[in-house]
Amino acid sequence: MTEKVTRLAERLAVLLGPDAVITDPVRLRTYECDGLTNHRARPALVVLPDDGAQIAQIVRACVAAGVPYVARGSGTGLSGGALPRTDGVLIVTSRLRRILEIDIANQRAVVEPGVINLDVTRAVRPHGYYFAPDPSSQQICSVGGNVAENSGGAHCLKYGFTAHHVLSCEVVTPDGEVVELSADGPGYDLLGVFVGAEGTLGIATKVTVRLTRVPQTVQTLLAAFGSIEGGGTAVSAIIAAGVVPAAIEMMDALSIEAAEASVACGYPPGAGAVLIVELDGPQAEVEHQFAQVKALCEEAGAFEIRVAADDAARALIWKGRKSAFAAVGRISPAYLVQDGVIPRTSLPRVLARIDELSAESGVRVANVFHAGDGNLHPLVLFDDAEPGAAERAEGVSGAILDLCIEHGGSITGEHGVGVDKARYMPRMFTAADLDTMQMVRCGFDPAGLCNPGKIFPTPRLCGEVPGVRKGVHPLVEQGKADLF
Amino acid sequence: MSASDEELPKLLGDCVHCGFCLPTCPTYVLWGEEMDSPRGRIHLMQQHAEGAPLSESMVGHFDACLGCMACVTACPSGVQYDRLIEHTRAEVESEHPRPLRERALREAIFALFPYPRRLRALRGPLRLYQRARLDELVRRTGLLERISPSLAAMERLAPPLGKAPRLPERVAARGGRRATVGMLTGCVQREFFPGVNAATARVLALEGCDVVIPRTQGCCGALSLHSGREDEAKEFARRTIEAFEAVDVIVVNAAGCGSSMKEYAALLAGDPAWARRAEALSARTRDLAEYLVELGPRAERRPLPVTVAYHDACHLAHAQGVRSQPRALLAGIPGLTVREITDPDVCCGSAGVYNLLQPEAAGELGDRKAGHVRGTGAELLVAANPGCAMQIATALRRQGAEIAVAHTAEVLDASLRGLGRGALITDAP
Repeated sequence: MTEKVTRLAERLAVLLGPDAVITDPVRLRTYECDGLTNHRARPALVVLPDDGAQIAQIVRACVAAGVPYVARGSGTGLSGGALPRTDGVLIVTSRLRRILEIDIANQRAVVEPGVINLDVTRAVRPHGYYFAPDPSSQQICSVGGNVAENSGGAHCLKYGFTAHHVLSCEVVTPDGEVVELSADGPGYDLLGVFVGAEGTLGIATKVTVRLTRVPQTVQTLLAAFGSIEGGGTAVSAIIAAGVVPAAIEMMDALSIEAAEASVACGYPPGAGAVLIVELDGPQAEVEHQFAQVKALCEEAGAFEIRVAADDAARALIWKGRKSAFAAVGRISPAYLVQDGVIPRTSLPRVLARIDELSAESGVRVANVFHAGDGNLHPLVLFDDAEPGAAERAEGVSGAILDLCIEHGGSITGEHGVGVDKARYMPRMFTAADLDTMQMVRCGFDPAGLCNPGKIFPTPRLCGEVPGVRKGVHPLVEQGKADLF
Repeated sequence: MSASDEELPKLLGDCVHCGFCLPTCPTYVLWGEEMDSPRGRIHLMQQHAEGAPLSESMVGHFDACLGCMACVTACPSGVQYDRLIEHTRAEVESEHPRPLRERALREAIFALFPYPRRLRALRGPLRLYQRARLDELVRRTGLLERISPSLAAMERLAPPLGKAPRLPERVAARGGRRATVGMLTGCVQREFFPGVNAATARVLALEGCDVVIPRTQGCCGALSLHSGREDEAKEFARRTIEAFEAVDVIVVNAAGCGSSMKEYAALLAGDPAWARRAEALSARTRDLAEYLVELGPRAERRPLPVTVAYHDACHLAHAQGVRSQPRALLAGIPGLTVREITDPDVCCGSAGVYNLLQPEAAGELGDRKAGHVRGTGAELLVAANPGCAMQIATALRRQGAEIAVAHTAEVLDASLRGLGRGALITDAP
């Protein structure tokens, strides 16, 4: 620990109490990674604040000491967005887990950032409401993390991402000021800038979320196809028919195998792909469209269609899908979860190319995806004990992203760029694009202490070199930005 | 049963760090710290496997684990945390010198609880102590708390003791005999909850079972096994196997005991003289509820108008996967309503001897559980493990809640014998 950090640790222990500051190297190492384990960095310090005011105190102390800091919720992120800095402080929000207010009449709730996504739904379900964003990790991921990553989930096809369900945030800005960012009112939509900024523009300390009415009825079916192509055809046909399902999910044979091994979801044997289609809304509409969807699946060659008769059957259908990522651990010693987006219409071509990539390299790829909005989650399998296997997997994983960009898609749909995909940013954006993004970042964080090293590939212009900057800001110097 | 050193890297490698275990881990729920979650503890185990010494802080986090196995249920990757923690506990016992005071407490616990005769010797003085109302005095003054929080926890947990009639070696089936079953009487169950054992024997008999209760049986070794005292556990296991070798099925009414007997196969797998016998015994072991559902109801259920909250004992739900059977048995009683407790997967804090070794965390978990039990509005709490029953009853008492506690067997017994709700609940006059 450097002397600077030692002094900061002492200061924070006074502010928060000794129990809230972790300095023991053995304990610190348990925070070295989030849900993405191929990037690891032991933080210099971990602090466990109890409330938003303490977070503001911590940030101010870090700024005064010139020490970088990173916020972390439940540590389930898949792009290394909460990867700590070895020379910095990790601010963990797992103790900020109070639901502060539930306002059913206005369909909103105010929660602390460490509140678990599913706990919001649990709290308001008795009133007939729920919190719509449903990432597969919803049983443990935090609302603060959802805000940082603008998390999606299986149902974002119809209901949108976290950004569509956050009404305002109390934020500690990178210089330690506490501000309220709101979607209401005139002026720039700073909330829109903040949500999805991957923790680089400040730390949310209170989140006001929108509550969604539980639909009158929900219908779910599982359709089994001989091949991925059949499933892809069905997806395009459903969307072309003007149906907007709450979710359309697809899994290929390898990911079905993993899910079966893990949770015994009992999907139809011999399926090359399964499609999960969920419709929700008013009874009459759902019934009409459900019949349409069934017919379209049959036309596309589904050899078996199962309709969930009740909530238990629906939960079983979803269980296989929601546990698919972690379940792959059953069929492979290690794997990379990829996250890319393509236009829905390119689905068959892209999947065929992924198959070729897999065959050429001998690296197995399991495919799980939000088929409705073209968000792919290829799972690239490898054996971490085998020399060179990780690099080969990494190669295939990167080639899949190139494929997405080639088809006019994106390098991430919902997992974020974090540290993992920073190097792919220049493949998708020009230098001018990246400079513009940096200017936004510098507007919030001129000192470059707030989650540095994420999103952007190289330490360019300002921002990436932590420490208090002296003199004129480089952007100002270059005439690219003004300070107000 | 713990993992061997060769298997360790693979078992550790199974964890993909997804975090799905976190919300079901009682200590993570309490403290929100990575090191006190299954994912964090596996990380610590990994550090130790890579050569980091068992530091004081590491051991503290392993000791804080309740061994409730909720994480095993929650894990989509199939991490065998149960085997990992048992392996780690055994390592801690052999490699890590504990302070004298702690060592003395552990030795005292393991010299007392696995021995029904020693527990019985304690019953007399304890009954006198309770009847002289000394308990109230001690709790009021906080005397024991100052001497040792663990002793104070032990004192608080002891249930009010009545007479403990001894069960005969054989209880004959009523009506036509459908099966012959062995019955484990346990240690704490036998001495502190004799009524549960009597009810179990009666229910089995009324359902057409000849019940064999071997006098030679002792402790099954659950407490030792789940605390890293492997050699001691193996000795208890061998004696239990011998005692029950003659019966086709062994019915167990304590969740912790049933789960450890189902683990004998793994525990003694490396012992050629016992491996097959252990495997056979594990295969024949059934929890009472599990067995009664397999057997199917025959005796007439008489109405019991009571609202009950059913508590999932960790060693029943997580370790044995027995969740639906007790609920089905309870729901099969006319007039009885079963309510679900919020956060059923989170441990009550009893966890074998955890509430004696970690009284503070256990107390907090007990309070949470008691709060959720009260939230159901039930009149009776049903729990199928003596540890849980003592733990939650103590927490309910602390909160001044008047909720009676019974074992599934006692509820069934009251229904089968038509005793009415008065047998389980004292209604206010």
